[in-house]
Amino acid sequence: MSKPIIKVENLSKAYQIGQIGSRTLSKDVERFWQTKILGKEDPFLKIGETNNRSIKGTSNIVWSLKDINFEINQGDAVGIIGKNGAGKSTLLKLLSRVTSPTTGQIKVKGRIASLLEVGTGFHPELSGRENIYLNGAILGMRKKEITRKLDEIIDFSGVERYIDTPVKRYSSGMYVRLAFAVAAHLESEILIVDEVLAVGDAEFQKKCLGKMGDISKSEGRTVLFVSHNMAAVQNLCNKGIVLQNGMNHFQGAADKAIQEYLKNSADITSLADYKGRSGTGIVKIINAKIYGENQFVEPQVGQPLHIELELYNPSKIDSSQIRLDLKIDDNLGQRFLWLSNYLFEKQTVNNVTKMIFKIDKLILNQGGYYISTDLYVDYKRADWLQSAIYFEVIDGDFYKTGRNIPVEESKIYLDFDVDFYNK
Amino acid sequence: MKDNQEEQNWDLIIKGHSSLFDLNFSDLWRYRDLLVMFVKRDFVSFYKQTVLGPLWFFIQPIFTTIVFSFVFGNLAGISTDGLPSYLFYLTGITSWAYFSDCLTKTSTVFRDNANIFGKVYFPRLIMPLSIVVSNLVRFGVQLLLMICMMAYFYIFPIAGTSFHITLGLFLFPILVLLMALLGLGLGLIITAMTTKYRDLTFLVTFGVQLLMYGTTVIYPLSYAREKGYGNIAELNPMTGIIEAFRYAFLGKGEFTAASLGYSTVVTLIILFFGVIIFNKTEKNFVDTI
Repeated sequence: MSKPIIKVENLSKAYQIGQIGSRTLSKDVERFWQTKILGKEDPFLKIGETNNRSIKGTSNIVWSLKDINFEINQGDAVGIIGKNGAGKSTLLKLLSRVTSPTTGQIKVKGRIASLLEVGTGFHPELSGRENIYLNGAILGMRKKEITRKLDEIIDFSGVERYIDTPVKRYSSGMYVRLAFAVAAHLESEILIVDEVLAVGDAEFQKKCLGKMGDISKSEGRTVLFVSHNMAAVQNLCNKGIVLQNGMNHFQGAADKAIQEYLKNSADITSLADYKGRSGTGIVKIINAKIYGENQFVEPQVGQPLHIELELYNPSKIDSSQIRLDLKIDDNLGQRFLWLSNYLFEKQTVNNVTKMIFKIDKLILNQGGYYISTDLYVDYKRADWLQSAIYFEVIDGDFYKTGRNIPVEESKIYLDFDVDFYNK
Repeated sequence: MKDNQEEQNWDLIIKGHSSLFDLNFSDLWRYRDLLVMFVKRDFVSFYKQTVLGPLWFFIQPIFTTIVFSFVFGNLAGISTDGLPSYLFYLTGITSWAYFSDCLTKTSTVFRDNANIFGKVYFPRLIMPLSIVVSNLVRFGVQLLLMICMMAYFYIFPIAGTSFHITLGLFLFPILVLLMALLGLGLGLIITAMTTKYRDLTFLVTFGVQLLMYGTTVIYPLSYAREKGYGNIAELNPMTGIIEAFRYAFLGKGEFTAASLGYSTVVTLIILFFGVIIFNKTEKNFVDTI
């Protein structure tokens, strides 16, 4: 059963950054001469440099992945997690053969079907049915295979009525459902899924996750899943791989991997260079730090939560002039909380540079949340940021009973009590 | 021992550097259904999007033929080898259009499909192959037009001109194949190079147009010989193909086994290099485009 189905050995991928287009023929000829004829190493690659986007490298080659090694067994559902730029997407691209590694190799048993994007190659003029065939063929299915599964696919997608309508008339939800349905019915030993589930409504997301769970658990196929959604990874995966700066940081059981990832991702959002803001800019939010009980603890259901905001305040404005509203939405855009200092009378502080919102007991259920901030100075909007701050809440014991509210049932917890009576 | 056995069990090994000749044709064969799908898609989408639909297929060659007859036949007075000038030009234009369509459309394959190539793997060669096959539909329609014109001129002959179909018609499938493969081969080379050197794209449309004047589309080879440019025209592998094409349908043209043989050899060489360069480029072009 537990035979390796994918084996990744010393896998590295280098990207050239900067002006690729200006590569000249002479440089190419030099490279060719050095590597192919003289058998030397590529003079334009510097070995040993890591991929850290915040530090400017000395060469214009960046290692997006560096010496990755792992094995995946048949039937595993593996979550690949890591911050943006950790190399997750590159790894997926290599696995799905969209691009090839710089060094190292990947050995695979069976067919790989990859779903880096939903609906690749869909043609708007073709009907849903025709697109199932086209998309299926692009994903590597034979025609007769698709014909055999056609009813199942249409059924899963739930767009039966419109199956002979050109997909350009579909709503975006129908489009995504149809596309996922095709991919989910691929008969491949390995299924690679990028964060495509971020689209579609909640119900369909659940259906997708359920289908992926089926694929790995009952059908014994292998699933590789890349996501920022720790709850989904936890639900779906039994193994986890944490990537950090293009290197293999941790691999093991899924929950351990999630812990490891969270430990490393102190939720600090730097907003100093954030572009999508509006307002006068007299006072600006330049950093947001979100943590639980103290700075080393992740936000957890039923535990304290701190939202610490660092302000850029060159005009030395004092706190009585400032009003800051925080709006907290979940990752489907549903508003859950609204916090503001406007609700309280507080002693005036001169030259404010930091605000901390304290929540004693977090009532948000596990999952990802976005904070939009709206900052006013003397009733004029100074700084407005739409969903710029992201944080994740991990599961916790709100009622101290070891029993939790399923996240599908409610996104919020409430302190309450219940009693029995007999007159 | 166990390790050894496992080593052999891998179905697929993804590596950075593979040999130039690692062409993997079996993969291509496995995806043959995809080729059919792409052709179907091209046809349906073309048919659905335009008001006049396939009528466009006729309009272009008819007008080009009229203009050519007027400019080169009437004004410049270039001989048409004793063939009705409309037929002479139409045969040239029909065959040239197929070749140049194959060439120009395949020459932008990487750029046009960067999005889909960046998301999913399938043998990239499927895409240019599907273009060549799709263009066959258009070619077929234009061929029909040509045959209609031939019928017309057969019934209402123009004085002093004559034409007849020859046994060369049996070569027709080979001629089409040669045009397709030559266009494909050149297109593959160009598309592979344009991923790195963008400026080549500008050259293509322009170059194809110029190349037409170096082919016997608007003048017969005999006329070029008379003027002393015969050798230059003969260097062009398309010349042999078009001459044979014209010979097959109209009975005139400098068709020799040697010229066709030359065209075949050049086509195969170009195709060979095209496939190799394309294959080499497809692995990493996503990173550079």
